[in-house]
Amino acid sequence: MIFLVEETLKRIQSHKGVIGTMVVNAEGIPIRTTLDNSTTVQYAGLLHQLTMKARSTVRDIDPQNDLTFLRIRSKKHEIMVAPDKEYLLIVIQNPCE
Amino acid sequence: MAPKQKQKKKSSRGKKSPKPILAGHPEIYPLVLTTKTQEIFNCRIDEDVTDEQPYKLINKEDIFEDLRNRAAVSDFHPVKKIVQEYPGNELLLVYDKDFKYGLNFYLIGTEEGKENYLNITYMISQKRIEFGAPVKFSDQNASSVKDAYIECTAYPDKNFTLKQLEKDVGMQVIPQIKDISTQTEWTYPKNATIQYYPREFSEEEKETLKQSRPLVDFLNNASISVEIALQQNEIMNTFIDDWKYLAEEEGTFGDKTDTHLKEYQSFTDLHSPTEKMITCISWHPTIYGLIAVSVAVRLSFEDRVYFSGKLLLQPSLILFWSFSDPIHPQLMLESPDDIFCFKFCPSDPNIIAGGCINGQIVLWDITAHADRIENIKAGGSRSKKATLKPMFLLEPESNKEAMYIRHCAVSSIESGHKKVITDIHWLSDTFEINRMGSVFENRSGICCQLVTCSADCTICFWDIRPQKPLTPQTTEKKKEESIEIPFDVPSTFLHLDLSWKPLSKIRLSKGETSLDHCPTRISLNEDHKTLTQSKTVKAGEMNPYHNLESGMANLLKPIDDFCTKFFVGTEDGEVIYTDWKMEKDPETGRHMPKKPVSIHTIHDGTVHTIQRSPFYNDIILTVGGWNVAIWKEGVMTGPLLQSCCAPKMYTSGHWSLTRPGVFYIGREDGYIDIWDLLEKTHEPAQSQNICITMITYIKPWIFSAKQQFIAIADYYGTLHILEIPWTLSRPSTNEMTSVNYYFEREVKHLEYVEQRKNIREQEKKEMELEMEKKKIKTYQKSKEQMEAELKMDYESYLELEKTVLINLGLLKVTEKGSYMDVV
Repeated sequence: MIFLVEETLKRIQSHKGVIGTMVVNAEGIPIRTTLDNSTTVQYAGLLHQLTMKARSTVRDIDPQNDLTFLRIRSKKHEIMVAPDKEYLLIVIQNPCE
Repeated sequence: MAPKQKQKKKSSRGKKSPKPILAGHPEIYPLVLTTKTQEIFNCRIDEDVTDEQPYKLINKEDIFEDLRNRAAVSDFHPVKKIVQEYPGNELLLVYDKDFKYGLNFYLIGTEEGKENYLNITYMISQKRIEFGAPVKFSDQNASSVKDAYIECTAYPDKNFTLKQLEKDVGMQVIPQIKDISTQTEWTYPKNATIQYYPREFSEEEKETLKQSRPLVDFLNNASISVEIALQQNEIMNTFIDDWKYLAEEEGTFGDKTDTHLKEYQSFTDLHSPTEKMITCISWHPTIYGLIAVSVAVRLSFEDRVYFSGKLLLQPSLILFWSFSDPIHPQLMLESPDDIFCFKFCPSDPNIIAGGCINGQIVLWDITAHADRIENIKAGGSRSKKATLKPMFLLEPESNKEAMYIRHCAVSSIESGHKKVITDIHWLSDTFEINRMGSVFENRSGICCQLVTCSADCTICFWDIRPQKPLTPQTTEKKKEESIEIPFDVPSTFLHLDLSWKPLSKIRLSKGETSLDHCPTRISLNEDHKTLTQSKTVKAGEMNPYHNLESGMANLLKPIDDFCTKFFVGTEDGEVIYTDWKMEKDPETGRHMPKKPVSIHTIHDGTVHTIQRSPFYNDIILTVGGWNVAIWKEGVMTGPLLQSCCAPKMYTSGHWSLTRPGVFYIGREDGYIDIWDLLEKTHEPAQSQNICITMITYIKPWIFSAKQQFIAIADYYGTLHILEIPWTLSRPSTNEMTSVNYYFEREVKHLEYVEQRKNIREQEKKEMELEMEKKKIKTYQKSKEQMEAELKMDYESYLELEKTVLINLGLLKVTEKGSYMDVV
């Protein structure tokens, strides 16, 4: 079980341009991360709130709909959030060559 | 309007009785008429006789009849006589409603009265006294007396009314403004702080969570979409603005199409008696507009020997020119003999080291005159006035006269170079080397070592700091005569003067032969951090060069993996890549210089330029003979680019300081070729004529982002300063990456060529092998096989013979039945 988790995360981390990967629980507490602690905590807190907001937005418009993926593209890199009922997978990638 | 008629009856009628009632009217006789009488005479009251017509004309005859009829009863009895006397026929009977005369009727007895009554006449009388008397007027209020005035009141007449159809009215619009005010409660900001820390899981919790099933499921599901997204980003960046990246940068200064170097200024030394040529140029590192030039006499070796006596009297100079004064050099540095190369010290621009034609190194220290050259611009206005006068009228002004500055120190004649020094470099201030060539960290923080190469096939390293003597030389010192030094020469390098020995010497030998390589230029590796950018020495602070002994006490610290290899260009056109580190020769036990790593003969003539690119530390440009080559350090197979032979010989070259793919080459006919690697790699992009004679040295320099100059020296001693146009100085976007890419491609090309060589060799070998194999195969055929083959050939021949004969009809076709039938 642990092996699977590690392998998946390693696979994601080895993609081109990926700066960091983290797994966060439903309350925004990080479980697994490849970045340092302070950065992780910051990302986790902020993105958790944003994901909640995004999800509530989607569901307000159509209650039968739900958020599946959230991508935030910024000047320097792209933040990808895969939400779930209990967990959040956050990946930060630098897409430029 | 009909005036009201005022009727004023003044006439009065008299009665029958002799007493008239009213004076003046004797003919009125009042009567009483009974109703009967009224009926008889048709003068009934209110029927025949009304207010409007109160009279009635009665016939006399009728009255007489009435009298007869009724005699005394008749009402007319009292007036009988009057009636009888009445002349006319008709008598007037008037109804007296108001009983004015006493009775209800009255009779008018005379004809006159009748006429008066019927036709009213007015009689106005006045006192006679009053005739002609002055009239007395008096005021009377019109409203007090009734009817005292006549009024003409206005009344609206419809004929004269006009309906106004148009009206001119002015209007002004004003906004509706409302003033409202409210009062709010002022909340003033207060500083408040909160301290918090994030919630975190402990390690055990994290471990347990990791093992939980939901997490694994979640990760499996989520990773799919995450990986799709990651791959999308890797494939293509969808958010770039293609339009923006397509266009080149606009915003250029000046004419974009102008690609020529513009002549800015030129300097010639007019005072020198002999013809000189310029051998080396160097811009002053800090002062704008100051350029130093070394001049040498333009004579061949034989002529030099012949005229040596004359040449001794003329000083050999390094001239300092300033933009503000094209005729007078600002400073003149004197040297014992012609200088062929010189350099400013990078840590202190007041120290200059030059290599002489006789093999000596000459050092100058111009600290004392530094303020003079720094304030050149201030004196520019004065110099302009002076240049207007013709040369022979010029009076030497004491402060304008260029100062002759004597050199500080020269190297030892015996132990230095024996022939002309062709190149001199200051070693960077980050490292220093010792006698063995090992590299150590620089302990002084300033440039204190030099490297020179000379035509006597040696490369020498020098140190300008005072060296501890290896052997006690106290006795020798006493024997030395004290040399008197002129008073105006600074004593910075006094310890070196005439006794300066090189730190180490490297001989470039060609192996067993006695011939050696004759180096003309060196290029050292500059890939290390520079500790100090030019340190400006403030007044009062100790100039480190004046106190060179201070840093010597520090212990040396070796630098590991320092690249001690460098490029050397020789007189024969070879480019040598060699090492300066000494190694111990196992046979003799002495320290010997290492053998060169690689030698390439590319150029057809002397290599006079080896220069590293200012952008890439491992790209070297070499110019010599009739062609140009670009090398990459580390790629030993050959140059990245080698140009074909040019029609004219190339005599100097330099990289552009701002554009990575541009370099300038000077030719022997005075043309300058500008090469742009991104435009053309087989020939120069531009060619421009500068002067009529051979170009000896090119040196570009950047003053500001907008101003770049290139100094070109020619064989006749003129220094041309040209301005580099915008197109040549400004790199295009991504130029560095493009040029980098080009070099990488070239490297790959060389590798491919190498590989192809190998492949070709392999192929060749294979082909040979196959040929061999084929040959062997023919011999290996065994005898049996050959016989079987022969037999088969024979049989097929027999059949052929048979068919031919049958066709010819010479052989009958015998019926061949099957044996089965026969049997």
